[in-house]
Amino acid sequence: MYDLSCADVTKSFGNFTAVRNVSLDIPSGSFFSILGPSGCGKTTLMRMIAGFETPTSGDIRIKGDSVLTLPPNKRNVKMVFQHLALFPMMTVGENIAYGLRCRGESKSDIGPKVARVLDRVGLPGSEDKQIDQLSGGQKQRIAIARCMVLEPDVLLLDEPLGALDLKLREHMKIELKQLQHQFETTFLYITHDQSEALVMSDNVAVMNAGRFEQIGSPKALYDDPSSGFVAGFVGDSNVLSGTLTEVRGDEAQVMLDGGGLILGRVCDASKAGDKVEVFLRPESLRLGAGAEGTMMAGKVESLLFNGASSRVLIRVDDQLIEVADPEQSSSLVKGADAQVRWSADRARIFARRSA
Amino acid sequence: MSRDASRLSLILLFAPFVLWIGLLIILPQVGIGYTSLREKISWNEYSFGLKNYVDFLGEPVYRNTLLRTAWMSILVTALALVMGFPIAYYIAKIARERSRAALFLMCLIPLWVSDLVRAYGWIVLLRETGVISTALVKWGIINQPIEMLYNDMTVIIGLVYTVILFMIVPLVSTLQGMDDALLEAGYNLGGSRLTVLRRIIIPYAMPGIVSGCIITFMLTAGSYLTPILLGGKNSSWFTEQIYNQFITRYNWESGSAFGVALLVFTSFVVWAGLRLTGQSLATTVAKD
Amino acid sequence: MKPSLRALLAGTAMALIAGTASAETLRLLTWGSYAPDEVVKLFEEEYPDIDVEVTFSNNEEMIAKLRATGGTGFDLAQPSHDRIYAAQLEYNIYKPMDLSKINMDALTPNLVEGVKANTTIDGEVYSVPHQWGTSGIMANMKEAPDAKGWGDLCSEQYQGRTSMRLRRTILLGTAFGMGMDPFALYADPAAYQDMLDKVTEKLIDCKSVIKTYWTGGDDLSALMLSGEVVVSETWDSTAFKLYGENPDIVFVPPETGALAWIDTFTIPRGGEADDAAYKWINFVLRPEITKMMSASTGAIAAVPNGIDLMPEDKRAAISAAFDQSDIDNLKFFANIPPGIEDMEGLALERIKAAN
Ligand SMILES: Nc1ncnc2c1ncn2[C@@H]1O[C@H](COP(=O)(O)OP(=O)(O)O)[C@@H](O)[C@H]1O
Ligand SMILES: [Mg+2]
Repeated sequence: MYDLSCADVTKSFGNFTAVRNVSLDIPSGSFFSILGPSGCGKTTLMRMIAGFETPTSGDIRIKGDSVLTLPPNKRNVKMVFQHLALFPMMTVGENIAYGLRCRGESKSDIGPKVARVLDRVGLPGSEDKQIDQLSGGQKQRIAIARCMVLEPDVLLLDEPLGALDLKLREHMKIELKQLQHQFETTFLYITHDQSEALVMSDNVAVMNAGRFEQIGSPKALYDDPSSGFVAGFVGDSNVLSGTLTEVRGDEAQVMLDGGGLILGRVCDASKAGDKVEVFLRPESLRLGAGAEGTMMAGKVESLLFNGASSRVLIRVDDQLIEVADPEQSSSLVKGADAQVRWSADRARIFARRSA
Repeated sequence: MSRDASRLSLILLFAPFVLWIGLLIILPQVGIGYTSLREKISWNEYSFGLKNYVDFLGEPVYRNTLLRTAWMSILVTALALVMGFPIAYYIAKIARERSRAALFLMCLIPLWVSDLVRAYGWIVLLRETGVISTALVKWGIINQPIEMLYNDMTVIIGLVYTVILFMIVPLVSTLQGMDDALLEAGYNLGGSRLTVLRRIIIPYAMPGIVSGCIITFMLTAGSYLTPILLGGKNSSWFTEQIYNQFITRYNWESGSAFGVALLVFTSFVVWAGLRLTGQSLATTVAKD
Repeated sequence: MKPSLRALLAGTAMALIAGTASAETLRLLTWGSYAPDEVVKLFEEEYPDIDVEVTFSNNEEMIAKLRATGGTGFDLAQPSHDRIYAAQLEYNIYKPMDLSKINMDALTPNLVEGVKANTTIDGEVYSVPHQWGTSGIMANMKEAPDAKGWGDLCSEQYQGRTSMRLRRTILLGTAFGMGMDPFALYADPAAYQDMLDKVTEKLIDCKSVIKTYWTGGDDLSALMLSGEVVVSETWDSTAFKLYGENPDIVFVPPETGALAWIDTFTIPRGGEADDAAYKWINFVLRPEITKMMSASTGAIAAVPNGIDLMPEDKRAAISAAFDQSDIDNLKFFANIPPGIEDMEGLALERIKAAN
């Protein structure tokens, strides 16, 4: 059984369709992310799950039961809001106890439960703190604790790290994942940041303009994107546009717009003569001469040192190609001639995305 | 701009404010406090003492009128709050941007006309031979004209109508600052409408409620024309007694003592109200 | 900054100069309707260099205003004859009159003498009469044909349909109605207090009968014309006006005598336009002006043929109200000794506060 399922959910505001035929099934205890650019309808989908919007069509089921007729306060899905929405006029303890009191639990039960959940999020004894005394990361944890104390079927998180600074965001990514393990609760996580989605999730749905492009594990999305949008949005890629000239089995030939022929693998239904884009991951590229695969020649434009994710920028005609160079081992210097090469099956070819 | 010039402009900017506070608020209060301590011995002969206050406390008519004025002002304040809150909530949270201004203007209507005209408006409507009573008789809803004027209820209605704006404005401005996500969080965590109202909206709006209540209470307790014109034979109002002391009895000393008593007592009521509801000015009105 | 500052100063100076350079101003402090527009207009036509500025008020406020300013701010006031002596002794707000500047022949001699008797201090005369009138009751003859005295205001046969103004006049009238003579008791505060106590008791009992206390002429007119009230305390001038609209409403001089007042001309101590003030006095005493004035005020001018100078309808109202015996029976307000008004004030407040 799935903790949360959506079947063909559509939401229109007037003529505008914000969410279109979305279906998803989230297994119990997993961390599921929805990844998509801002404005693609993520929040709208989440608000439908929480009950603040009613789907125009389709069904939403929690633990197998349709919740469409349940008001928000009767659904056992809890939500961590984009700006957290902690109640500023209540203390930390009162914030957490709020849901328990709404549920009518007795005072003697509430105290220990609040203490326990604070303990689990690593802030024991902070019941009497005021909300504005907390740091960003602490607020985050309180917002999660406030939901988790109610033991929800699903926890919804709407870009909860968006407001944090970079360092803290990196840290919270890991912490969130650990919290999810600890609580063993199903998380539905929304973000426009692909690295958050990839790091934390068991499964990710990539969303674009109201619909899901692909659902899969982070690795599957990364290694085997099903569309140009996914290939471009998940992970870094060099994108070269051109025209498909010939398809031979797995291998295909593309005439680049800037001139030059390269080899790759067609990943969708593109046929010879179609306008296409070729996606090359920086780490699939090699520098220097070699026998196999396909090759482009250019000049070193600059060297970007960033430890394990250092890059080399190669200018080929008027296009910059990013090549991973984890050890900064190649003894390249700026302005030197360089060759970029890859095996044809690592260059994915998709129909060109409309601009 | 040179230093001197900028200092000059600073002084020029602050001068009106300081003058206003000094000349119109502090100075008269000091004068009234001083006058209230003068005891009249005979013509043009005065000494200092608390006689005026002793007289005030010794005469039940004055004490009772002051208490009555305070009670009715509290009632008016409570009604203004109960009626103003939904209006303010509607304006701040539900109405669209464009209708918001129109709604605000509608709340301002009572202030477009003077106290006097407003009171006469009520009189025309509510008197025994007035518009409402006549219409009700004509439609057969009642068979005898009824007098709706000259009683405490009318005074209260008239005052609520006059002061409700001063309740609505601070409420709207605090409620506008409230993120809708707080309400949604309130529901999401299992709160019913009532819980969200009681535990989230009202506590959040508390600064607005407190300042709105203080303003309406003070305005009501200090109002003059509305209670006089709409009130009946039993509707005493404390400001009327201050007027009587000053104007018909030529007794400025005692009138001043009454003025001080009104100020002190209303301030006390405000203080007591804050204490009873567990609020303080620092955490509500003065909160950023 | 500097030039604009200078411009500002220059502007202010101009405004100040302009303020002082205008024509002489006569600042009149008087009763509503005692300075009708047409009279002011005619006066300003005759004396083009005098501007008339009118402030409407009543006895108490006139004295309070002059007391507050030490007798400045106005050039001519019109308090009633009984409000001058004590106010002058106590607050020194008026200055003596130069009777030689007034056309004394135009005035009724016995009224002049009466006012002189009331307003002479240290041999100096402070006031001359302008108009006189009475206070009594007014009745709607259709509904209350038998009303004849102050006592009728409290008569149960008019339950809920009588009215009065809660001011000193009703105290005095009620005292007369109860067979006492308040003016005779003025000199003896203890006896006066005793009388006030009786009157207070009577008027408190009376509260169950009356509909409401009226507060001004408009208020009273509306109550009478609508028929909501059938017997009321009134100024005769108000009754005369209403007679024009409904001849059933007549002034009834109480059987114990109508209370008569004389509104005077009195010059405030700080008056700055004495000449203009005397010009105004002589101007409004002219027969043709008197006519306009009486039409506006409804009060009778203190000139020998004062009643004949009333407009037609008011004359009819007067003859419907007064016969010679009523005129002989008039009770002129006597000078109020200091302290009396304070006692009366307390009595009035007790009445208002009683239930
Ligand atoms: N209540 C609404 N009325 C009309 N349009 C809306 C409403 N809510 C959201 N939208 C539109 O739906 C689209 C998706 O919004 P949203 O779900 O907030 O996107 P995301 O969270 O992915 O950034 C946006 O274009 C937004 O303008
Ligand atoms: Mg969003």
